[in-house]
Amino acid sequence: MTPKVVLVTGVSRFLGGHLAARFAANPDIERVLGVDTEPPPRDLLRRMGRAEFVRADIRNPLISKVISTANVDTVVHASVTANPAGPTGRTVMKEMNVIGTMQLLAACQKSPKVQKLVVKSTSAVYGSSSRDPAVFTEDMGPKDLPSSGYAKDAVEVEGYVRGFGRRRPDVNVTTLRFTNFIGPRIDTVLTRYFALPVVPTVLGYDARVQLLHSEDALAVLERATLHDLPGVFNVGGDGVLLLSQAIRRAGRLNLPVPSMAVPTVGGFFRSARLVDFSPDQMRFLNWGRVVDTTLLKKDFGFTPRWTTQQAFDDYVSGRGLKPFIDPETVEAAERGILDAAARFR
Amino acid sequence: MAGARVIPLHDPERDAARRSRHVEVVPEPAQQQPETSDWERRLADLLSFARRRIAGDYQIDEFGFDRDLTENVLMPPLKPLYEKWFRVETIGLSNIPTAGGALIVANHSGTLPLDALMTSYGIASEHPAQRHMRMLGADLVFRTPVLGALARKSGQTLACNPDAERLLSSGELVGVWPEGFKGIGKPFKDRYKLQRFGRGGFVAAALKTGTPIIPCSIVGAEEIYPMIGDIKALARLFGFPYFPVTPFFPLFGPLGAIPLPSKWYIEFGEPIRTDVFGENAADDPMLVFNLTDQVRETIQQTLYRLLTQRRNVFLG
Repeated sequence: MTPKVVLVTGVSRFLGGHLAARFAANPDIERVLGVDTEPPPRDLLRRMGRAEFVRADIRNPLISKVISTANVDTVVHASVTANPAGPTGRTVMKEMNVIGTMQLLAACQKSPKVQKLVVKSTSAVYGSSSRDPAVFTEDMGPKDLPSSGYAKDAVEVEGYVRGFGRRRPDVNVTTLRFTNFIGPRIDTVLTRYFALPVVPTVLGYDARVQLLHSEDALAVLERATLHDLPGVFNVGGDGVLLLSQAIRRAGRLNLPVPSMAVPTVGGFFRSARLVDFSPDQMRFLNWGRVVDTTLLKKDFGFTPRWTTQQAFDDYVSGRGLKPFIDPETVEAAERGILDAAARFR
Repeated sequence: MAGARVIPLHDPERDAARRSRHVEVVPEPAQQQPETSDWERRLADLLSFARRRIAGDYQIDEFGFDRDLTENVLMPPLKPLYEKWFRVETIGLSNIPTAGGALIVANHSGTLPLDALMTSYGIASEHPAQRHMRMLGADLVFRTPVLGALARKSGQTLACNPDAERLLSSGELVGVWPEGFKGIGKPFKDRYKLQRFGRGGFVAAALKTGTPIIPCSIVGAEEIYPMIGDIKALARLFGFPYFPVTPFFPLFGPLGAIPLPSKWYIEFGEPIRTDVFGENAADDPMLVFNLTDQVRETIQQTLYRLLTQRRNVFLG
């Protein structure tokens, strides 16, 4: 069933905005509504074309009126985010994520026209610890419930979404658990982290990182909106990078920090406004996380175009990250040593 | 098609002429080739390895197994230990299939898990397919910094059923030591007495994936660090499952950590098939217990047989 009227939350951010732009370019969709608390940046607004922007706070019951008066039949909830707006943005972020979702779901529940709900969730709901299995499937839960931060938000959001699914069994609910996004255009904690000239890691740990290209993420959200594919799906690129390997591929220098000093270093980077890591993201840097995407390929019918490694390389070349040690210098050194060895023979 | 004529795409005469001309044009490489000595090739390998590491140009699998690092850095130091120190002899390597999933179940001993390292080195170096055994380790290993990362990079993963089943169904050779800390940290007087085999989770994993179980008996590892005592207080302090006292440790400090050079035998038994029990066999606790006992008995009997054949701990 192709939706007639689509409402997208979080349009002033990368995913929501570009998703609204894709829907606006689709002639089958009659109307596209984008909701956010602040207007999108100008270039994003231009891309969004005929999509209408509604400046509204989803924490406010007003959203219910928007949904019912515009006859919205499909809601794409893409505003759950891991990136706080500023150094003090964490409380606001939590409210936006959790209270916003509650209000939005309440509004959807009241409106009989709503037929479909697509929720952007995260694989952070699986947590990250040493006692976890190497690869998570959709039916697994976290070993320790995340106690704070984005992961906890996401667990609560998914709880409300499940509750909504029980109360409105007629609505197709698709929950997408994304791995970390990467790409030349998207701005996340991780893209800022890898762009640091010296990348701090935790000494003695090497996380397995699975990434998803932002274009693949958009394609998955679009597919979930245009087709009826209810269920919970893990979404991630094929293959895995080790954190140390990713740092080498980006040509950055790795600075291992003893785990005792991690809070101090994290605090420094936060106050310097470089990267703002929450404790659960710190844990992610210890253990990493890999999800199984068999369901995505089989039932959902989508295979990411970029593997983890390709997506990361695309990010590195797209951002123009200059490696500290030029690969050509390394190759030249290798040739030089071999030539010298040949002369010694 | 009577008039059809075969026109050769490659005229043999012309090809031969071209090939000879090619040799005439560049004669130097042909002369240089045989002179490339062994150490030069090794240097070239080493340099290309270093370049791959600097550029991050290698593949790891979803469990974190880094084949490049394992084969070039982690495995080679085990060679002298395997060949010269313990003089390991493997028996029945042909019982390990050359391809497809299989579960190796072995007895655990020796205070430090050297038996696991030697078994995995033996299979990687002496088995015709040079397979890498993927071991299932305790969560203590993965919680420990450095060690946990190294364990993942060398292909090990956490001992839990989802991981075991995923490895087995993707056709990997999986190694498991079901005695766990009870086996490796048992006192010297209990040597070669198999401890309880956990809850039989490994049998359930094999049943679910229909992969054969290969019992493996290791003789010699019990004598490398004869554990005559266990300081419980220190173990609790460091969070270890035991703190071993051997005749040389902690008396001689780090010197006491040198293992005694016992002679080792590693025997792989006949594979026990698990694909004959039907669909929901893993949910039948009786079958799981019986199979667990069968594997345990096989290993214990093989241990006794190997021990009666052994004349001397150090000379074999």
